[in-house]
Amino acid sequence: MNSLIRNTARCLRSGAAVYMPRQADGRVWTSSARFLCAAADVQKALGDIVQKDKVVVFMKGTPAQPMCGFSNAVVQILRMHGVDDYASYNVLEDSELREGVKAFSNWPTIPQVYFSGEFVGGCDILLQMHQNGDLVEELKKCGISSSLLEAEKESK
Amino acid sequence: MLPSVLRCVRPVSTSLSLSRPLAHFRPHMDPDPSRPVERSIRTKLTDQLTPDHLEVHNESHMHAVPPGSESHFRVLVVSSQFEGLPLIKRHRLVNEALKEELSSCVHALAIQAKTPEQWGSNPSLAKSPPCLGGSRGDHTVEEKLKAGRE
Repeated sequence: MNSLIRNTARCLRSGAAVYMPRQADGRVWTSSARFLCAAADVQKALGDIVQKDKVVVFMKGTPAQPMCGFSNAVVQILRMHGVDDYASYNVLEDSELREGVKAFSNWPTIPQVYFSGEFVGGCDILLQMHQNGDLVEELKKCGISSSLLEAEKESK
Repeated sequence: MLPSVLRCVRPVSTSLSLSRPLAHFRPHMDPDPSRPVERSIRTKLTDQLTPDHLEVHNESHMHAVPPGSESHFRVLVVSSQFEGLPLIKRHRLVNEALKEELSSCVHALAIQAKTPEQWGSNPSLAKSPPCLGGSRGDHTVEEKLKAGRE
């Protein structure tokens, strides 16, 4: 997140306060809206964020404590596939992130899921992909082997 | 900035049947004039996606919002316009049709977008996951509820 670090540094030099919470999952989103003041900064930061990790989820709450049934469904589906190491960002902590990600993805609702930098969809799409087998394939393309695939192989 | 349809809403209809059970389970063939957002969603999806089958369910009662809210919806759209399109493009068509509602009073929209063939082989409505109360105390949701009431 070099752009965020640069923004943070710029902000600290100017004397503005920066609040950097560490989420339960260890992913940091610098949630002070005061230095990510330009919408363009948010968009650039999001562009970096979705590329940085193979699986990125923008959700309400955290994987340990989702605050929305739809966000929880995404967490549960990923968990079923053995995907535990992913970046999650809690939009409830930052209104600029919340609005920024909707503009970035051109998608009006949360949760939002990205695989290898590409927007996959929300809860409905992930659920349907899980049900029709596409999710296993898409995870494979990211170099992630779904545990459901492993389980299926073992049962044969 | 209010959707124009909301400014044209007439007062509540006086023809509600008191014998109708489970008022929130309204069949999709019976639009409720006191629910302008639901009506607007139905109209726009019908006009823009010419569906063979359309269901619009107000699921606000399943979430942490006041009774009578029109903030959380589930739509099932069956349209030949979805043929050949991946899910994400289908959902984007629905989102586009309901852009106004989504930017004003609708906070959550669950979508099922099927082709007539897919609907024929699996005519079922998905169920929404249980609410975890995230809308409670969420000022964005409060603003949307306010927009819906005005």
